[in-house]
Amino acid sequence: MEFLESILVTPFIEIWESPYYFIELVLVGLSTGVLYSLVALGFVLIFKASGMFNFAQGAMVLFAALTLVGLMEHGLPLWAALILSVATMVGLAFLVERFMLRHLVNQEGLILFMATIGLNFILEGTGQLMWGSDVKRLEIGIPDQPFDILGGKVLLNTFDVTAAFIGALLVITLAVFFQKTPMGRALRAVADDHQAALSVGIPLKTIWIAVWTIAGIVALVAGIVWGAKSGVQFSLSLIALKALPVLILGGFTSVPGAIVGGLIIGVGEKVAEGFWGPALGGAIENWFAYMLALAFLVFRPQGLFGEKIIERV
Amino acid sequence: MAQAVEQKTEAAALTSPLVVNNIEVIYDHVILVLKGVSLEVPEGGIVALLGANGAGKTTTLKAISNLLGAERGEVTKGEILFRGERVDSLTPNELVKRGVIQVMEGRHCFEHLTVEDNLMTGSYTRRDGAAAVAESLEKVYHYFPRLKERRTSQAGYTSGGEQQMTAIGRALMANPNTILLDEPSMGLAPQLVEEIFEIVKALNEKEGVSILLAEQNTMIALKYADYGYILENGRVVMDGDAAGLRENPDVKEFYLGLAGEGRKSFRDVKHYRRRKRWL
Repeated sequence: MEFLESILVTPFIEIWESPYYFIELVLVGLSTGVLYSLVALGFVLIFKASGMFNFAQGAMVLFAALTLVGLMEHGLPLWAALILSVATMVGLAFLVERFMLRHLVNQEGLILFMATIGLNFILEGTGQLMWGSDVKRLEIGIPDQPFDILGGKVLLNTFDVTAAFIGALLVITLAVFFQKTPMGRALRAVADDHQAALSVGIPLKTIWIAVWTIAGIVALVAGIVWGAKSGVQFSLSLIALKALPVLILGGFTSVPGAIVGGLIIGVGEKVAEGFWGPALGGAIENWFAYMLALAFLVFRPQGLFGEKIIERV
Repeated sequence: MAQAVEQKTEAAALTSPLVVNNIEVIYDHVILVLKGVSLEVPEGGIVALLGANGAGKTTTLKAISNLLGAERGEVTKGEILFRGERVDSLTPNELVKRGVIQVMEGRHCFEHLTVEDNLMTGSYTRRDGAAAVAESLEKVYHYFPRLKERRTSQAGYTSGGEQQMTAIGRALMANPNTILLDEPSMGLAPQLVEEIFEIVKALNEKEGVSILLAEQNTMIALKYADYGYILENGRVVMDGDAAGLRENPDVKEFYLGLAGEGRKSFRDVKHYRRRKRWL
């Protein structure tokens, strides 16, 4: 009884009693959530355009970040390293199309998935082979200072705010690209019906390269922000695992879903940790997202925004 | 003999932009679907490709538009020429740029895109500027006023007729000179079929678009086409002017369901068909 009270009643009373702490957790959660969204976006883009669940997305984040850090260690200035990293991700997209996708047209989803597992190992391997496997610091000049708002009652961090801002900017750019440009329209068309897209003269090759390039750039941005926060290391590729519940929550096929799903998971795990953590023995943050995803799988498997399959009868 | 065939092809290439010369198509390396199909589509003509389910109509169209590769099919014999160029050396994208576009069977609209976005995807290969594309869009809306009303609806939620119109309109946006139209009547009410064929005819006459039409509905196809080919089991068994085909007693009996002289007994029909096929 006491235990039930401690998880069903007390946390809400605490939220009521300390609203500023709650707001702070929400804001911190939002800034982490944007980063989850970024990683999840990479998945959604590739899934929509080629029906492929890209297991290697996490490895792409690591690979991109390692490339950037590696280049900077060789004495390149940030801007030059950035340009070269973007070029590397574009090159990767070309290689993936040339050596992987082209040969797997018309294959089962599972075979495509296995191919991405292979890609995952290749990326992790070459990344560490080229740049070494020790933890690297990524210094990109985002100030990391605490500051407070609402009269000193809510404590925030310039780094988190900047990261959230960068993420939001990228998401908006992508949304505009998808909705307003001919290329974006073609990408959406391929996601809907790739045969029909082929029949009106949309070349799948170009589309795949475009999608993998975008996913690569998204991975680069995610890698930069996460890397700057906690160092560039092998565990970076594991944030892909956090994207999984985000995808289940938001729906595999929905760009807005990936964004909102990421924010919900980010906020949810911070708030849960802050208020429910003490009663449940802490470290909720690690499993909260998966539990939420499980609940969604049971009650709403297509996710919050997953496209309903339009069926005319 | 071979020389005569060659000469015939060359002569045909001079008159018709699209020539299919004795093609054989195999799916998955084993399933022989087309066993020698030849046809040609003259400039500005409407040619009907008729036949029952599984006769090879769709395969023929896909062989022309080079969409077979995506279905593990390939042309193993014969050749398809568009303005003297072999289409198997071109990608679907290059074919669309040259003006050959297919409207696939079963509409295949982009369901989650709006009607207007669907139409705009058709302009992907255009390089003649936004103004020209906007002009084409207006033209499509002129031919299909109904699409203008539904321009902001998601295509998946529009009616079957509107989806067929969207699919044809989308092809028009590529500014084609040859449209390969696959079963436009499928699943539509007779009145709507009539409406769509009227528009197709108007497009053919006013815009000068050549049309190769695959249809099961022989009656309506021969009403609007100039020339027809009848496919049976992957072979062309008969061809001729649409008017002539309409009057042909065999076509009447097998495809139009009009028996000439009363009912035939089952045995007679079987014998008759067998004889016909070896002809």
